[in-house]
Amino acid sequence: MKRYLLLLWCMGLPTGVYAGDVSYNRDVRPILSDKCFSCHGFDPKARKAGRRLDSFEGANAELKGVRAIVPGSAEKSEAWLRIISEDSGEVMPPPKTNKTLTALEKQIIKKWIEQGAKYEQHWSFVALAPVKVPEVKNSNWTRNPIDRFILARLEKERIAPSPEATRESLIRRLSLDLTGLPPTVAEVDAYVADTSEKAYEKVVDRLLKSPRYGERMAVDWLDAARFADSNGYQVDRDRELWPWRDWVIRAFNENKPFDQFTIEQLAGDLLPNASMDQKIATGFNRNHMLNEEGGVIADEFLAEYTADRVETMAAIWLGQTFNCARCHDHKYDPFTQRDFYSLKAFFNNIPERGIGAYGNPIRQNAPPFIKLPTPEIQAKINRLNDQVKEVNDQLAGLTSKATSGLNEWSGRIVQSGAEWKPLQVTSASGGDSPPKLDADSFTVEVGPQETRANTIKLGVRIPAGNWTALQFECGTRASSASMQWSEVKVVVPGVKGGKKSPAKLRAIASGNSIAATESAKLVDNDRKTRVAVSVVADRAMNAVLQMETLLAVSGTVDLEVELGVENANGPTRWRVLATGVNADLLVPVAVVAVAKKEETSRSAAEKKQLSDFRLSQLPEFRNLNDRLAELKKQLTAADNDTPTTLVMEEMKEPRPTFVLMRGAYDKPGEKVSAATPGVLPALGTDQPRNRLGLARWLVSPGNPLTARVTVNRLWQQVFGVGLVRTSEDFGAQGESPFHPELLDWLAGEFISSGWNVKQLMKLMVTSATYRQQSRITPMLQERDPENRLLARGPRFRLQAEFVRDQALAVSGLLVDKIGGPSVKPYHPPGLYEQVTAGTGYNVYVPGKGDDLHRRSLYTYWKRSVPNPAMLVFDAPFRESCTLRRPRTNTPLQALNLMNDPTYVEASRMLAQRMMREGGQSVDTRIIFGFRSLVARSPKPAELAILRSAYDRSRMDFEKDPASAKALLAVGEAKNDAALNPAELAAFTGLASTMLNLDEVITKE
Amino acid sequence: MNAQNFYNQVCRRQFLGNAGSCIGATAFASLLNPRLFAANQSPNFSPKARRVIWLTQAGAPSQLELLDHKPGLEAHFDKDLPASIRGEQRLTGMTAGQKRFPVAPSVYKFQQRGKSGIWMSELLPHISQFADDICIVRTLNTEAINHDPAMTMLQTGHQIGGRPSFGAWVSYGLGSENSDLPAFVAMISRPSGPTNAQPLHERMWGSGFLPSRYQGVRFSSGKDPVLFLSNPPGINTERRRAMLDDVAALNRLKFDEVQDPETQSRIDQYEMAFRMQAAVPELADFSKEPAKILERYGPEAKKPGTYAANCILARRLAERGVRFIQLYHRGWDQHNNLPSGIKSQCHDTDQPTAALLFDLKERGMLDDTLVIWGGEFGRTVYSQGTLTRDNYGRDHHPRCYSIWMAGAGIKGGHVHGETDDFSYNIVKDPVHIHDLNATALHLLGMDHTRLTYRFQGRDYRLTDVHGKVVRDILA
Repeated sequence: MKRYLLLLWCMGLPTGVYAGDVSYNRDVRPILSDKCFSCHGFDPKARKAGRRLDSFEGANAELKGVRAIVPGSAEKSEAWLRIISEDSGEVMPPPKTNKTLTALEKQIIKKWIEQGAKYEQHWSFVALAPVKVPEVKNSNWTRNPIDRFILARLEKERIAPSPEATRESLIRRLSLDLTGLPPTVAEVDAYVADTSEKAYEKVVDRLLKSPRYGERMAVDWLDAARFADSNGYQVDRDRELWPWRDWVIRAFNENKPFDQFTIEQLAGDLLPNASMDQKIATGFNRNHMLNEEGGVIADEFLAEYTADRVETMAAIWLGQTFNCARCHDHKYDPFTQRDFYSLKAFFNNIPERGIGAYGNPIRQNAPPFIKLPTPEIQAKINRLNDQVKEVNDQLAGLTSKATSGLNEWSGRIVQSGAEWKPLQVTSASGGDSPPKLDADSFTVEVGPQETRANTIKLGVRIPAGNWTALQFECGTRASSASMQWSEVKVVVPGVKGGKKSPAKLRAIASGNSIAATESAKLVDNDRKTRVAVSVVADRAMNAVLQMETLLAVSGTVDLEVELGVENANGPTRWRVLATGVNADLLVPVAVVAVAKKEETSRSAAEKKQLSDFRLSQLPEFRNLNDRLAELKKQLTAADNDTPTTLVMEEMKEPRPTFVLMRGAYDKPGEKVSAATPGVLPALGTDQPRNRLGLARWLVSPGNPLTARVTVNRLWQQVFGVGLVRTSEDFGAQGESPFHPELLDWLAGEFISSGWNVKQLMKLMVTSATYRQQSRITPMLQERDPENRLLARGPRFRLQAEFVRDQALAVSGLLVDKIGGPSVKPYHPPGLYEQVTAGTGYNVYVPGKGDDLHRRSLYTYWKRSVPNPAMLVFDAPFRESCTLRRPRTNTPLQALNLMNDPTYVEASRMLAQRMMREGGQSVDTRIIFGFRSLVARSPKPAELAILRSAYDRSRMDFEKDPASAKALLAVGEAKNDAALNPAELAAFTGLASTMLNLDEVITKE
Repeated sequence: MNAQNFYNQVCRRQFLGNAGSCIGATAFASLLNPRLFAANQSPNFSPKARRVIWLTQAGAPSQLELLDHKPGLEAHFDKDLPASIRGEQRLTGMTAGQKRFPVAPSVYKFQQRGKSGIWMSELLPHISQFADDICIVRTLNTEAINHDPAMTMLQTGHQIGGRPSFGAWVSYGLGSENSDLPAFVAMISRPSGPTNAQPLHERMWGSGFLPSRYQGVRFSSGKDPVLFLSNPPGINTERRRAMLDDVAALNRLKFDEVQDPETQSRIDQYEMAFRMQAAVPELADFSKEPAKILERYGPEAKKPGTYAANCILARRLAERGVRFIQLYHRGWDQHNNLPSGIKSQCHDTDQPTAALLFDLKERGMLDDTLVIWGGEFGRTVYSQGTLTRDNYGRDHHPRCYSIWMAGAGIKGGHVHGETDDFSYNIVKDPVHIHDLNATALHLLGMDHTRLTYRFQGRDYRLTDVHGKVVRDILA
């Protein structure tokens, strides 16, 4: 019998199936779905022999003279005969499917046929109906209706519930569940001392009101929404979506009803007079990954993002695995491929490009996004705009100056052009490979490749004379060559021991040179702005840079010239030339051409061209223009400081949506319009066919899934396993609910409470079921290892975030600031190297101060290299929707808790608290530390171990002060220098021991 | 029979069809074999390979310069690739706008090597010495055309992240043979030359929807070969041991009280952590390696973090029973300046790779170690950017490319598959990545259609619904 029960557990079937009736939904469908439906199910293309077994009509239909299922008679049912056939060509399922039916499964099917082969609508699609709360014998034990459902089952199984947990245990369990943080010693004391009848409820209410509640609840929602701070593909650049995370935390803290929570995230932008907050909420649908790789085909990834939205929405709200319907009709559940693409049509009308903004600066969001300036930034932007207007007004006033004497000036231009003298290059260095000087030493060859951001250094000899401008000429002897040119620097060496001075250069256009607007990037002291140079044989490019101060040379001078080059492909040849012509004669060819014309034959545009150029050369103009450039730079900086957040927007003209054959982006089939799946209650005709209509449909009372799926997920959060274990799959392949009536009752309560999340949480945590102690008796371990019957309280390891948060909290390090951009706490060095493109380095730079000690949900989340300490404790990659984290137990977790500076620092600071707040004796200090972590006091045997550990390390560190000092130096936080180092180190060791205990990282 | 053994049996049986529901029972999962990372599944049939060393050449090495000899290309120098050859193959966003597709013959020469006389490039003088041990597959192909999806495909059998990597599947299926080291180890090296290195994501060795205990553990070259391995300053081994004894004593008291098997498992995990603290530094310590053996791996053997050093580590891991060892050498993405770039890459990898084969063979380990060398796709026969006699670049080419395999159960001195004159299309015997994976699993004693895990209601496989064992390359 023991074995038999275990087998049942393993299959996820409730016990007792054998004794009573067979139920289609509970017992039969899971077998048929798993073993038969992929060939005899909903998908007509995959269907073999035209036989379907997923409906009575299909199973009973006469095909070639046989009926698969004949109610009441297994012997007349072909399906049964095939199941028990010993002929390998006949037996079902066929051997090549690798699927077999167990003896128990065969018996279930036989019994079901004999009982009349009744089909039922899949349980999760059945409309919610009022549920009768069961009667129980021991009604004294129950505290609310949840308990009656649980107890009724326990009484049937003849298992008694466990006794209530201790108060210490309860307040710790509650605090961890509702805030993700342990209770303080004072909170524990207050609760233990509170003899009032409402003591427990008071704690619950206090915790539900705590702002920490929203942070705790947000963690699971961030997993579901696949939130991250980076785009997730290839070089994995940053994105900005933290304002959406803040919105989620706020929404939970304000107890926004779940229907509203849903509508705002899916369609906040479509609400009438949508507020900024409602627009921010739509960031939910922008959390998917974004590819920005160079060769990306946009359509391919647009198809990916929209599919991701469909799958995520379907998993979170409907508990359905829609990814299975992307390439073909669903094999197990009644969803067609057309359903998939009809849902996609809701999410396909966003003005998005399908690829990221490759080459844009870090932290640049892909449209659509909105800007969220703080009041300070907004004020600054307004002030700068005023100043810009002022300067522009002054510039307008200069126009008359430019027109006077225009003819005389244009005459001079025609008379004399600039003469350029090539300069000798005396030395050349830098680059991937050293630049090569020509024999005549006037030309230097750079390249053939510059993969890094290189700096080419040249010595350039300039002869005696008064020089006004330099020209840099770049050509090639290859058929073509290209590179990016970022900077030019010229340093004039000091004459006779005087100081070196950088020449102040101004980009101008002269002759055939690169336009000044472009070459300005060479002298802006910003390597990120670059001029794209692309030359072919016999056609050079040149940039002309005027020296703001005339360079007077007697004898010769060797200028130190630096050229910033990168991404070179092909060899380029460089010359430097100088001119002494009066600066106002350095004129582009086009302007010279106009000047040559008779005044009367110049067109209005040409006249303007001439005067505009003249204007650009006036010193007053240049000064104002510099000022303008500076203001614009500040405006850009202010703009860069302005947070943005990704949002959804609707295009005016919807993008057409097609069924994609086999899911391939380039194989469009039939055109579809936005619609909800046919098997579910219809979208009301009064509702718009857009995301708003869809969101309202999801939370309409007639939708059988949303409430069930949502209460199940919250149940999973509290009790460790959902009532439906497969919280992401409420389809045929998912588990049937363990307590179907309880699930439906909770769903009904949830809807009638107005989708009140806090009320539901309170209902669960105030149940007698929740309040049981979590000790596992040998009998329970044998009969119910997963605690599905709930004959004991929940006991399982904390989520990754709360393992760390707890350590920060007890050590007093935790910073309680809510929200804001992500932060970078301690992190092992070197990990980002692997996501560096090219040969540069991508480095994780840890934050400082408060950034090191924020709650873990604010930790910067890079998809390519997620925070390793979070990963080790089973946090997902956040590449796609995750509704259930595994809970593993590995040596890497032990290494993390023992050696990560996060925990060493927390141990130091907890040790300090033990010494300062734990009274005078070693024992009281140990007890204080222990209680800070697990609420209860240590038992004598535990205290004895800890005490002897302390005594041992105290002596040890007294003999080895250097080790004590080294240990106490880990991490940024400073200990009180007045504390005795050996004592503090010993308590640090003790704190670390306690932080590593199983009980400490477990909710029990 | 106690409950644990029984459960184990049930799971083993379930493994044939429906492993997920068993493994998913987390309360039991860590009981299956608390000392090891894996579920300790037994193979489906007698394996040829006990372990895999996957030498991933990240960035996509050009098959035309290394393994797919095309002597006829000289005649086509700078001529456009015939449209009939190019067909409807999609191009990346990088060359889609190119006006011409001039054929670029390899500047490197090929020679027939070994008794088998297979053609290999002059860029691989050391690996060529093992020509009779390796099998070149010239017709590997994939659908992905950009690095990230292609590498994800190569590693997980799917272009979009979220699936378990090959190593995670193997670790899940077969577990580890060493209780002090993880079953699956990943190591990365950087190119020494100035070349374009493509990013690698953790997902490449991640466990996807499998429990995270199956994910690859990355060994790096820094102070901590495994993350958080070293004790903090001030804590020596004696102090750590004493602390662990205290933790264990306290955890045992707790276990006696609450009887949670997870607590027992935690006690065991801390012991394994301690053993890893000793085993990993011992592993990374080459001081006892004879000089003549280090010399085989070339001048960079003693430099931590190089491909050469990682090859030595790979051999040492293999000797210690680690099941799946994955090396990544970055920098094969030669969109331009291919001749110099690929030469530098071969300089980094040829000698150490050959030394690894030498060592394995010498120790008799090549017989049960499967070695795979290759990248995520191939490169185009036409030049990306300017083509000259001695310089050109090549864009991504997923339709066909070459890899080689050696060791356990592989037919040595053999070439499988044939491409057309331009190494642009497959003429004979295509091998999809799913086929490669099916074959590798086969060599490990696993039927790729049976190694499944239930996730979101579906039994997932490394090979999805595809894959067939390539019998022709088996010895």
